[in-house]
Amino acid sequence: MIAYIVRRVLYALPILIGVNLITFALFFVVNTPDDMARMQLGAKRVTPQAIERWKVERGYDKPLLWNSGASGLEQLTDTIFYDKSVRLFVFDFGNADDGRDIAHEILTRMGPSLAIALPVFLVGIAVNITFALMMAFFRASYLDLWGVVVCVAMMSISGLFYIIGGQYLVSKLWHLVPISGFAGGPDALKFVVLPVLIGVVGGIGAGARWYRTIFLEEIGKDYVRTARAKGMRESVVLFRHVLKNGLIPILTGAVVVLPSLFLGSLLMESFFGIPGLGSYTIDAIQAQDFAVVRSMVFLGAVLYIIGLLLTDISYTLVDPRVRLA
Amino acid sequence: MLFQPVILWTDALVFLLLVALAGVVVYVRRHEHLRQPWRRVAHSATGMAGAVVLAFFVLVGVLDSLHYRARAGGDSSRGNVYAVEITSVLDALLRSLKERPEKTYSAPLGYQLYARETVELPDGRQSREYPRLRHGGAHLKAPQDEWRPDVGRRALAGAAIGFVLWVVAATLVSAHIARATGEGIDRAWRALARGELDMPWRAILATLGALLVLVCVAAALAGKYHVLGTSKVGEDVLYQALKSVRIALVIGTLTTLVMLPFAILLGIGAGYFKGWADDIIQYLYTTLNSIPAVLLIAAAVLMMQVYIDTRPQAFPTSVERADLRLLFLCAILGVTSWTGLCRLLRGETLKIRELDYIQAAQAFGVSHLRIITRHILPNVMHIVLIAVVMEFSSLVLAEAVLSYVGVGVDPSMISFGTMINAARLEMARDPMVWWSLASAFGFMFALVLSANLFADAVRDAFDPRVAVIKPFRLRLAALAAAKAPA
Amino acid sequence: MSEPLLEIDRLSTWIDTGDHPVRAVDGLSLELRAGETFALLGESGCGKSITALSVMRLLPDAGRVVDGRIVLGGVDLLQLPETEMRAVRGARIGMIFQEPMLSLNPVLTVGAQILEVLERHTSLSTRQAQSKARELLDSVGVPDAPRRLHEFPFQLSGGLRQRVMIAMALACEPELLIADEPTTALDVTIQAQVLELLHDLQRSRGMAMLLITHDLGVVAETAHRVGVMYAGQIVETAPCTAFFADPQHPYSRKLFASLPARQKRGGALSVIGGNVPSLAQVFEGCRFAERCDHAQAPCRVIVPALTRTDGGRSVRCHLYTAVLGDRSAALTPVASSAEQAPAAGRANDPTSSPGPGAILEVSDLRVHFPIHRGLLRRVVGYVRAVDGVTLAIAPGRTLALVGESGCGKTTVGKGVLRLVPPTGGEVVFDGVDLGELSAPALRARRRDMQIVFQDPYSSLNPRMRVSEILDEGMSALGVGSTAGERARRIDALLREVGLDPAAKSRYPHEFSGGQRQRIAIARALAVEPRLIVCDEPTSALDVSVQAQILNLLLDLQRRHAIAYLFITHNMGVVEYLAHEVAVMYLGRIVEQGSVHDVFSAPKHPYTRALLSAVPVPDPHTKREVLKLGGDLPSAVSPPPGCHFNPRCPRAFEPCAVTYPAERALGPLHRVRCHLYDDVFPGRPIAPSDDIAERA
Repeated sequence: MIAYIVRRVLYALPILIGVNLITFALFFVVNTPDDMARMQLGAKRVTPQAIERWKVERGYDKPLLWNSGASGLEQLTDTIFYDKSVRLFVFDFGNADDGRDIAHEILTRMGPSLAIALPVFLVGIAVNITFALMMAFFRASYLDLWGVVVCVAMMSISGLFYIIGGQYLVSKLWHLVPISGFAGGPDALKFVVLPVLIGVVGGIGAGARWYRTIFLEEIGKDYVRTARAKGMRESVVLFRHVLKNGLIPILTGAVVVLPSLFLGSLLMESFFGIPGLGSYTIDAIQAQDFAVVRSMVFLGAVLYIIGLLLTDISYTLVDPRVRLA
Repeated sequence: MLFQPVILWTDALVFLLLVALAGVVVYVRRHEHLRQPWRRVAHSATGMAGAVVLAFFVLVGVLDSLHYRARAGGDSSRGNVYAVEITSVLDALLRSLKERPEKTYSAPLGYQLYARETVELPDGRQSREYPRLRHGGAHLKAPQDEWRPDVGRRALAGAAIGFVLWVVAATLVSAHIARATGEGIDRAWRALARGELDMPWRAILATLGALLVLVCVAAALAGKYHVLGTSKVGEDVLYQALKSVRIALVIGTLTTLVMLPFAILLGIGAGYFKGWADDIIQYLYTTLNSIPAVLLIAAAVLMMQVYIDTRPQAFPTSVERADLRLLFLCAILGVTSWTGLCRLLRGETLKIRELDYIQAAQAFGVSHLRIITRHILPNVMHIVLIAVVMEFSSLVLAEAVLSYVGVGVDPSMISFGTMINAARLEMARDPMVWWSLASAFGFMFALVLSANLFADAVRDAFDPRVAVIKPFRLRLAALAAAKAPA
Repeated sequence: MSEPLLEIDRLSTWIDTGDHPVRAVDGLSLELRAGETFALLGESGCGKSITALSVMRLLPDAGRVVDGRIVLGGVDLLQLPETEMRAVRGARIGMIFQEPMLSLNPVLTVGAQILEVLERHTSLSTRQAQSKARELLDSVGVPDAPRRLHEFPFQLSGGLRQRVMIAMALACEPELLIADEPTTALDVTIQAQVLELLHDLQRSRGMAMLLITHDLGVVAETAHRVGVMYAGQIVETAPCTAFFADPQHPYSRKLFASLPARQKRGGALSVIGGNVPSLAQVFEGCRFAERCDHAQAPCRVIVPALTRTDGGRSVRCHLYTAVLGDRSAALTPVASSAEQAPAAGRANDPTSSPGPGAILEVSDLRVHFPIHRGLLRRVVGYVRAVDGVTLAIAPGRTLALVGESGCGKTTVGKGVLRLVPPTGGEVVFDGVDLGELSAPALRARRRDMQIVFQDPYSSLNPRMRVSEILDEGMSALGVGSTAGERARRIDALLREVGLDPAAKSRYPHEFSGGQRQRIAIARALAVEPRLIVCDEPTSALDVSVQAQILNLLLDLQRRHAIAYLFITHNMGVVEYLAHEVAVMYLGRIVEQGSVHDVFSAPKHPYTRALLSAVPVPDPHTKREVLKLGGDLPSAVSPPPGCHFNPRCPRAFEPCAVTYPAERALGPLHRVRCHLYDDVFPGRPIAPSDDIAERA
């Protein structure tokens, strides 16, 4: 098992290098640092000196790949590529435009992000499976038919509407919970409830419908007929036989996003004023803080690759055919 | 010339898409095995209801894609001078909406502004009251008493016109059925009303009726009122919503146009050739997939913005700049979304290449290119089609989110995303300014729902794994057989 | 006679397909007594499985029983509420299905799936249930039962899986066992084991068995009574011996006549013309009338009833009622298949040697598939699918390559055509070593060698018209210089394989399985090949359709002197059409020779076991099945020495050490077995020919 994990981690390295090269190309090759400086400073304040100062502040004044002015190894290391891209591999993200250490920000903001994203994820899966099983149980009846129509309608609604509508209804009309904000400790609950509720409701449409097709596909298989031929109750057939087989694609499909939960949800966090990584990212995008965006891209890729790794491992745990073969 | 046609980049691609679509329709009509699944789509009631609504939106979008510059001034002696402003046919049709701005917010069908203002009364005193609108309900003399009957009368007249149009349409359909079946038009109509026909005409006509009545009521009211109110700068919200339709359609369709070549070429290539080609392509899409889509889009759009902002001379008008940004957004969305379809196609190709008919072709020494184009491509097209129709609605929804984040369409462009973005800040006001938000969400919901319903019908018809179960029909058939003399 | 245990009375089951309901079962009646095996025999689509599922009330969602009664021990099952029906399933009726891999839940252990039945229907404690489960596995011959209980279905071989299915179905000692094609997915040696097991269990437990099958041989081996189904109805029921002695319904007779067998060599097989009628219609008259040789005018307008004839038999045919004036066909018992005179005039003498004129010579062909593992995808082993095969075929002759699934026979065919790259050995076609050819030269050579596949559904591209399918090879290989010439040739080809040239503008899905196979043959013929590799071309087809295709293949061979490499597992087909036969086991040929030599006097113990395991459609032949223990070993790590030695009943010391060399026993007859090696003085006596004599 350990050898397997080591192998998978080694396999992930070329992907991370690829991500790194893509971001480097996007941020430094498509546009030169001069362009970025001009854009950020605004048309009025552009002077050669201002541009130079802007670049020096951020360490963008070095050559891109090859520093012919330096000597020895520094020819390679004293460059933008080394400073800004290679250092990402040791999670050295550098400073944001406001001078704060990005790595520190990320660590402190992960908690609030997770406080929202994890419950949404867990409760969401449970709720979707429940609805999907219900539709599968009553398949080909009007209940199932209308269930699907409701799902399609729900997935046709914009995520923004769920947030705005939920905030209006629950916080503004009914005054049940604060409209936005966040606090640590037990106080967090009242801030977390509404975003979680909205996140779960917003995901039901697509989730339940997808899981329904997975269950229906399983129900059509021969082993289900065998179970019925043994005189099993429909509930046993559904919960022991169908659910167990259907969970394999569901769980392994869900595991891949598990690490990415750290990144939080962009929309939810910005609407509810939650100091997580999602709102951090959105603020950075709106303030055009390239250093933060670049760091988040790299972090996202790392988490995704961890997700892939977890998916492979979870397969071997859930599916005996993979575990024992 | 009364006008000078202007073809923006996205217009050109939209027209290209329409031409390609027409070509596909002609091709499908000639091939029975391709027509068959489409017939199943046509027999789905929800799918066709969705298609009717979708067709309406497409009509709006196409009208909005016919751009031109109007001739400026009446002086023809100096040759043709055209206005700088680029307008579309839709703009011309909606001129009454577009060119009646108010000062600021006003509620739907309102006749006064949303905010109180200090006005000077004729006797010189000042009073804070809701000023009358410049255009909305301006014809009313005593609005408190006249408003309600006036709105009612106009709405009724509009509904009546809509109903008449619907009756005409229904009669035409009945006549068509009567001619096809060789029976009387009254019997055709009865069969239609009972839903006994293969084609779900009842659902189609019901949707069409609702749509016609809605459009006609809106049109009847729009002459004198702002049906959906006005925005912060006093622009008619109905006009904004209709203009947003084109952006949504462009993003939903052009993105797939960008994505398809990548997905098809690489997906089939990886699955067919296997070995190192497969390794490289898999590496490529795993790498792209590993970057969170929003962040990749954000990074790319930020960089593009830098590019455009530092080269103002390359983009003379704001419309052209916004258009190019839209096109670029489609391209970026395409680059981030081809991986899913690519993986599907790779998997399917891996399966198909082991089938006997491929081996038979190899036993003839048929070239790889011919095997791919004649054997594999036609047999994965249903997957491509399903992916395209399913992708459309998620792209429309994504536009709103991206515009909200600030990496969507150009802020000067009216889209669902920019409408929502502008309106959500007013949520805190009291009384609430809800109409902008509601209109954007409402239009978006109608568009996405109809697209989803249509996409569902397409998937059911084309995906061999989805078996449609109709348990109720058998019992009917059994009863009918029992009644019939043995 | 005792009361019937199961009584099906005028059962009608319809399947909703959208437009018109398919009357899958239409007024079927049958009776089944305790301790009796009733075989429901029929070709695909005749409604036999739907009948079984109707009894269990396990129809697919689109299916409904619309009429009739199903009475089990005095209770009408169709009237029971679903909860009570559940108490019947698994307890009073057990059922086993065709595909054991798909019918077992892949993520539950064998033990869990058996215990589940016991928990549901008995009040045994967990401990008692577990020991009962072990007993059950023991009783169905699963070795090492305690360990197997904790294994998952994918860890078992196909034969063991079906045994587990049987154990599950029998767990609560049901009065009735329904077996739906229980051995169709199994190899013939495994099939023999499972059939024997079912037979023994049925006798020892005294339960009734409803056996659903398409195989006359299986019926003859197991059933007491038989019912023949055609188009949703039973057309004949009879005691088994009487049925095989003298089938009465014209359809039953045709089934026998279309079975390929050695006695019919040289003559064309009798075929049933036309196709099975659509079941979406209401029939007026006999359903078989359109295809019946004896049909007369009344047959097309009057629906025949199931009429009792003598000896507890019934038949649904006007030949046995007063409706028809001329009933001579019914009066003469059908000539038994053995007496059918072989037609003269078959040019090929089965003993002549291919000699130097062989068109295809394969020597020491090896196809190994590497197994990759690890990060760098290192090769950690090989699947030795084909491991040193040598054979030769002369023009106009047929070499049959037989063996069980997984023995590598299909890979031989593909290796010969270079559809998979061989790892070693030579394939010499017409004096040219194909391995030495450049890519363009090989391409040009492809004209001479073509292939016909097993599955008529996956071998034709569903998106191409028949004309495009036939044209593909011709245009790729430059047959016919102009499009017009090729179009004329397409018409001629379609006529040659017995299809209307108008078929060329249609798509494959519009054709039946047999017609598709004709198109596939036409496609191969289009480039005028001299060798066709036939990869199980009839094993996906019903027996009556198989006869048509075999006739066509023989006819083509006679006219064009095409050589066939005929890959099959059906011994009847081999005996009927092949000149020589080669028996494969685990990537190697263990015995080859003329069909006469090998089938009359098989030498290799594996050949003998294989031949003896084939069920014979004659209940009087009490053949002795040479039982083989275990399953086919993996081709990744074949057993040392002779690959067959762990299963061989006659293995002795050297067998586990060295692979036997080839020994010639006659001009063509060669075998690889130490029993025939003179170098081992102490070897057991080689089996004499009399044991396996079965002609």
